Amino acid sequence: MGQQIRLEVVTPAGAKINEDVDIVNAPGFGGDFGVLANHAPFLSTIKIGTLTYQIGNKRESLMVSGGFCEVSNNKITFLVESAERGGEIDVERALKAKERAERRLAQAAQQTENFNRRRAEVALQRALARLKVANLK
Amino acid sequence: MASLKEVKLKIAGVKKTAQITKAMNMVAAAKLRSAQEKMEAFRPYAAKFNEAMSNLSGGANTTGFPLMEVRDVKTVEIVVVTSDRGLCGSFNANIIKLALKMKREYEAAGKKVSFVCVGKKGAQLLGKTGCVRKSYRDIMSSFQMFHAREVATDIASQFLSGASDKVEIIYSNFKSVAAQVPAVSSLLPVQPTTEQAAKEKSFSGEYIYEPSTEEIMDVLQPLYLNVIVYHAMLEVGASEHAARMTAMDNATNACKDMVRSLSIIYNKARQAAVTSELMDIVGGAEALK
Repeated sequence: MGQQIRLEVVTPAGAKINEDVDIVNAPGFGGDFGVLANHAPFLSTIKIGTLTYQIGNKRESLMVSGGFCEVSNNKITFLVESAERGGEIDVERALKAKERAERRLAQAAQQTENFNRRRAEVALQRALARLKVANLK
Repeated sequence: MASLKEVKLKIAGVKKTAQITKAMNMVAAAKLRSAQEKMEAFRPYAAKFNEAMSNLSGGANTTGFPLMEVRDVKTVEIVVVTSDRGLCGSFNANIIKLALKMKREYEAAGKKVSFVCVGKKGAQLLGKTGCVRKSYRDIMSSFQMFHAREVATDIASQFLSGASDKVEIIYSNFKSVAAQVPAVSSLLPVQPTTEQAAKEKSFSGEYIYEPSTEEIMDVLQPLYLNVIVYHAMLEVGASEHAARMTAMDNATNACKDMVRSLSIIYNKARQAAVTSELMDIVGGAEALK
């Protein structure tokens, strides 16, 4: 096993993960990126999506919603609004949220109301990310 | 002296009040615990956030960001965070007092002041000044991050449109269960955290930014507002319960004191009644002889 990097995931509801991992894959704003041990100092914004990391042969996935991440001193820190493991996700609720968001989007398309559409889009993205992570399990 | 029956009724009433205040005290204690937990949980996030923010503003060129623009101040917006409910002693009054004092000072300096109230009490008490631009009611009991985001987005857009040139937030700093001190901190324009940046200078300037510093700042600055607003709400939440706990404890003690002094009055009155009855009986017996 090679060198490891310390992964920290912090949300407003508390620290979520704090452990040494082999590789981290994260949904960066400009596209997904991977981080290995001893990565150069790095700062990126994070969009809604799936964060995966690997320890040995164990692979874990988390749903993360917007925030940013910082790499420094062989440590990668994610500051996100929420982070949920597959098992913690309420699939039913996510499905309902998805339907609701889709309905809102359909309504907003007729009214050309920007703010509501934006909100519905974000809600839809969140719901889809949740479902994806939940199904990975 | 009040009649026996009246005093007895009064004692029963005060005892009932004491029961209620005692229950409220216990409820506040339980709520305080959960509010404190919430605050504890948020602390690492806030700490990390400030660290990253100072790294960034230390390493990046921070001019040219609209949220950081320092303008000639004509209108000051004050975000006042209070509780939704009363019965917590002078807690809200202290915050409002500070808000009104600041308003006076700014107006004396020839600046316009508008309030944004978070929490029902602030909206009620500041309503008569006629300066309330917006109020958020009934969100303090179960607030979430997105409530803070709503407030932050609103004040940011107000700032960007030029309707306000400076934004400050008043909240209550939760020092301990016994002490909650009203505090002011500045929200906008976003100030680069210079002293912290200097401390961590060893690290700044060598980051790879993705997508770019500007875009990261565009995301981080609104988030930064969220963090401050949310933090203020958490502090007020915890302070409110602590203040209510103290207030209800005082009320319970006052009730006990009242019961004690009323009991003395009751006993005296009863004794007087017994004595006068005895005298009647003795007098009657005397007359029969």
